[in-house]
Amino acid sequence: MLSIFKKEINSFFSSLIGYIVIGVFLLFMGAFMWVFPDYSILNYGFATMHQLFDFAPWIFCFLIPAITMRSFAEETQSGTIELLATRPITDFQIILGKFFANWALVLIALIPTLFYYYTVYQLGAPVGNIDAGEVAGSYISLALLAGAFVAIGLFSSSLTNNQIVAFVLGIFLCFFFYMAFDFLSTLSSNDHLIELFGINYHYNLLSRGAIDTRDVIYFMTFITGFLFFTKTALERRNW
Amino acid sequence: MSVIVNGLSKQFGEQWAVNEVSFEANSGEVLGFLGPNGAGKTTTMKMITCYIPPTVGSVSVCGHDTIQSPLLVNEKIGYLPEHNPLYKDMFVREYLGFVGGIHKIANKKQRIDHLIELTGLEREQDKLIGALSKGYRQRVGLAQAMIHDPEVLILDEPTSGLDPNQLVDIRNLIKQLGKEKTVIFSTHIMQEVQAVCDRVLIINQGKIVADDPIDVLRQKAVGNNITMVAFKQEVTASALAEIKGVKEVTQKDNEWQLIASKGVDVREEVFDFAVANKLTILEMRRELSSVEDVFHQLTQS
Repeated sequence: MLSIFKKEINSFFSSLIGYIVIGVFLLFMGAFMWVFPDYSILNYGFATMHQLFDFAPWIFCFLIPAITMRSFAEETQSGTIELLATRPITDFQIILGKFFANWALVLIALIPTLFYYYTVYQLGAPVGNIDAGEVAGSYISLALLAGAFVAIGLFSSSLTNNQIVAFVLGIFLCFFFYMAFDFLSTLSSNDHLIELFGINYHYNLLSRGAIDTRDVIYFMTFITGFLFFTKTALERRNW
Repeated sequence: MSVIVNGLSKQFGEQWAVNEVSFEANSGEVLGFLGPNGAGKTTTMKMITCYIPPTVGSVSVCGHDTIQSPLLVNEKIGYLPEHNPLYKDMFVREYLGFVGGIHKIANKKQRIDHLIELTGLEREQDKLIGALSKGYRQRVGLAQAMIHDPEVLILDEPTSGLDPNQLVDIRNLIKQLGKEKTVIFSTHIMQEVQAVCDRVLIINQGKIVADDPIDVLRQKAVGNNITMVAFKQEVTASALAEIKGVKEVTQKDNEWQLIASKGVDVREEVFDFAVANKLTILEMRRELSSVEDVFHQLTQS
């Protein structure tokens, strides 16, 4: 598993993928937080990082499928999956190696945004007037949301050997699980129950800074579920 | 017995790609897997390496069953798949290190150095795999298959697309490996089988049609005895057909092909015939039937 993890991380940073992902993410985040007057912290007047945590999931919806689309699609396309599958490692070890590598790349892209926290902290009046607990909770929930999206992305990549198909399918599934349940809930009288299935509901709860185990368990279950779907998709060669 | 294949069958849809294949392979043996395209060679190899499960039948590698303990089987097997898939964006050494890491081999660096020397990759060892020529990629494919010093090597068309010099190198390497290990390799090049294999397995439409040591196989083919002869002067076919022992006469370009019964040598008669008719023989040779002929006989039905 560790070998796969290292190989994937190496391939991100020996090609342009890693740098582009981090660059694009930071460019968007920087623009929303500091440049566009409608959203910028400087105009907003409150010492919070809401902008980052509101926009990051939307950017992840595009960006994460772009990172994960090649994971399995490329391996099946080039036949290298056969080399991995005939090694003394299980399919699940391959999947976990890839999952953690892709997730790690997203988390690495998040690290520089800690600098924004420092800036907002300094800009607050008085200095340091920012809810640290809320920010910490938001980072944890954003990391878990990224994990869920990576799991979705890996699954869509395992369904096809075409990277574009994997990308589009990944975007669709990310949006679906992120937002669709909120919209669907407006159609039904049982709105709360439907909302519970969506990522957004749990993301918002966790972002408030109160780490509720129920929400954490939701994300864990979500990720594990999609990793098992991925395993099933890979095993279709056995059918 | 390091590889025992027992009643192996694989069904794809309605078609049986592999049908009741059984054979054994021992260590110290190079087993050639021969057959026309689509005969089921690759499918059989994929089942031996645990990549796809058999529909019916079983495979055991060094005492481990491929269904029950695939991880143990994979530790014993080195596999070079068809078309030699590789990560083109990795460096040669990086790639071998990655594969060695999966196998958790000790002394990784020494092992990689040894393999690079063995496969003749010294000059290319710091290049990107994507930048290598086909022959060198093939060597990288062989090196990755051998990294954990496996007891069984499964090579699916290891020599396809190589130039004549590289062919000789790779064949020698396979031959050398076959002295200690079990090597099963597939090909559809007959000369290769004659040059490398100890034993040949011919497979056609999913079934084994021959499983013999190479010498036995050659003898099998000697159904007909062919003599090629070229004369300076014009000769008619009917005149040639009257030579004692000749069964059939056909003209091929400037040569005559004389087919005699099994075990009959007509060369002396042809010479006497030439002298009697004052003809000059420009060339005369006996064509020994090859594995190629056996292959044609067994697979064209």
